[in-house]
Amino acid sequence: MSSSAATAPHVDALPAVELDRIPLLLLPALALIALPLMGSFSTWVTLTVAGLAMGMIIFIIASGLTLVFGLMDVLNFGHGIFITLGAFLATSVLGALSGWTASESLLFNMLAVLPAMLVAMAAAGIVGFAFERVIIRPVYGQHLKQIMITMGAMIVGEELIKVVWGPQTIPLPLPAAFRGSLLFGDAAVEKYRLIAVVIGLAVFAAMFWALSRTKVGLLIRAGVQDREMVESLGYRIRRLFVGVFVAGSALAGLGGVMWGLYEQNVTPQMGAQVNVLIFIVIIIGGLGSVGGCFLGALLVGLLANYTGFLAPKVALFSNILLMVIVLLWRPQGIYSVANR
Amino acid sequence: MFGQILSGDLPRSRTLTLLLIAIVAGLALTPFLFPGAKAINVAAKICIFIVLVASYDLLLGYTGIVSFAHTMFFGIGAYGVAIALTRLGPSWAAVGAGVGASLALSFVLSLVIGLFSLRVKALFYAMITLAVASAFQTLASQLSEFTGGEDGLNFKVPEILSHGYVLWQQTILGVAVDGKLISYYLLFAVAVALFLLMLRIVNSPFGRVLQAIRENAFRAEALGYPTVVYRTWSNVLSAGFATLAGALLALWLRYNGPDTSLSFEIMIDILLMVVIGGMGTMYGAVAGATLFIVAQNYLQDLMKLASSAAAGVPLIPNLVHPDRWLLWLGILFVVSVYRFPAGIVGKLRARVRAKP
Repeated sequence: MSSSAATAPHVDALPAVELDRIPLLLLPALALIALPLMGSFSTWVTLTVAGLAMGMIIFIIASGLTLVFGLMDVLNFGHGIFITLGAFLATSVLGALSGWTASESLLFNMLAVLPAMLVAMAAAGIVGFAFERVIIRPVYGQHLKQIMITMGAMIVGEELIKVVWGPQTIPLPLPAAFRGSLLFGDAAVEKYRLIAVVIGLAVFAAMFWALSRTKVGLLIRAGVQDREMVESLGYRIRRLFVGVFVAGSALAGLGGVMWGLYEQNVTPQMGAQVNVLIFIVIIIGGLGSVGGCFLGALLVGLLANYTGFLAPKVALFSNILLMVIVLLWRPQGIYSVANR
Repeated sequence: MFGQILSGDLPRSRTLTLLLIAIVAGLALTPFLFPGAKAINVAAKICIFIVLVASYDLLLGYTGIVSFAHTMFFGIGAYGVAIALTRLGPSWAAVGAGVGASLALSFVLSLVIGLFSLRVKALFYAMITLAVASAFQTLASQLSEFTGGEDGLNFKVPEILSHGYVLWQQTILGVAVDGKLISYYLLFAVAVALFLLMLRIVNSPFGRVLQAIRENAFRAEALGYPTVVYRTWSNVLSAGFATLAGALLALWLRYNGPDTSLSFEIMIDILLMVVIGGMGTMYGAVAGATLFIVAQNYLQDLMKLASSAAAGVPLIPNLVHPDRWLLWLGILFVVSVYRFPAGIVGKLRARVRAKP
């Protein structure tokens, strides 16, 4: 501690990085514009919470992908298989613990959902480790091959999931205590959505803390900005990258469980479908930026729910529309971090 | 003379030459050599996919751009013909109108997507096309009044192509000269013409610039070639050929729906065919498409045998279940990207080069 106190004045001498505030205003602006269109305040609350919940789940899935890209210039088109894997493992674990999920007690429900999430995260992390070693390592720095290899791995992964769990849709019902909604005045808010928002905020807080307050986080951020410089200072960025990749895969597994519970069923194709969504999110956010990814995910979630209520036909294309508008405004995404 | 027809780009390998001759001769004589409805359908699909895969190769293999929106243009062509024939009745004018309208739409779309996103990184383009293609697929199934939604459209083709039409009463070598035979040869001729045209394009000075951009975009720009313009042209051309392939598909099937021309599975198939055949060699499209489609249609039968033979053993029957054939092709794809990045054609040519 004493050494960091001694160097503190030097750190202070650095010019403070100015926070880009305009994007932060986008979320409240979107929510406020939607309020008068909605007509009723209670509908607006319900939809806002639903949008935030969807956004949080997307953020959990997309955050790892954007860091992986920023750090190593690797874009993983196979990220979706970790989502599918997590969701399918959850069906198995929750199926095995069906006694606990059926009980009305919140405690027993938690006891069933937590292991499902942990198993999904662990499995996705382990598969992610192998994935990085076998699939991605041989094609570092070759974009064309990366896209094709990870796409191929996605196909193989999806087929393997069909081999193990079968090609059909499997229902994933919410545990009893998570069902139903709470009433705030007139506004009905589904319990599970609140839970999703809380978990999402927790993940964001943990990630924010790790990235801004720990040494590993500092190295990751430095690596995203300038990989060669960090390497020349003697840090092995590849090891860091493996760690980030595994963590990102584990988060995708967690996101898969949450997405499956949100949709209440899982299909082998869900990974590919969510993949499209998370690509849009990380493009909007700016490749490599966790903050941008968070904002982008919430924007996508909110807009999808608002337009879904106001104009269901438009809702199917709201993401693309949002992406086009953001890219016209800032061609590199909301926050551009990686300078390549 | 052959050199001129093939635009000076000869196969440059004896095995490859023999393979290509065998494929072309097989396709040209399919109605006479292999009787039966399945064989001619497989052959027609191969012809269509050769054009489609070659047009994708123009983009991926020659210019080094990964697009996931290629089936979108394929679908535009197929839907253009399908909608025009449904609305305007079975006439050649309707076919012309459908092809013209879909070419125009493809042109505008590919130009906009290209100008919008080709100035940035390859990865960006891949992601944006993926998003746009999935939005287009949703659009096609939503506009069910025009497109027939998930059910698709059944329509009548001009009389000379319809199956009931008989040109002569006599048969040639035991094959009736009916609308089906005429459609097949029309398809074959158009496919050959389009393929040779693409071969001409990639061997023109324009095609050389595309390859220069693929190898080193920065250097190409420094030499005075505006890379964005060339990339966009490559994108537009490739979209146009894909549209024509889609129109051929619709005319052959007399049906079009989201699963036959727009689905993401087809996109993956195209990617597999290009890579297995050999990127950056037009002939790779011929070899890849033929191998893949023959495997798709006949490998499943083989897997059915293996699956029933392994019944009782855990997991194995699932692994070789006929529906899981994509698993094995996916593995083949990953291995070939690592081990034979130049595909079948590249491998065959390298063998020639190794010999003095």
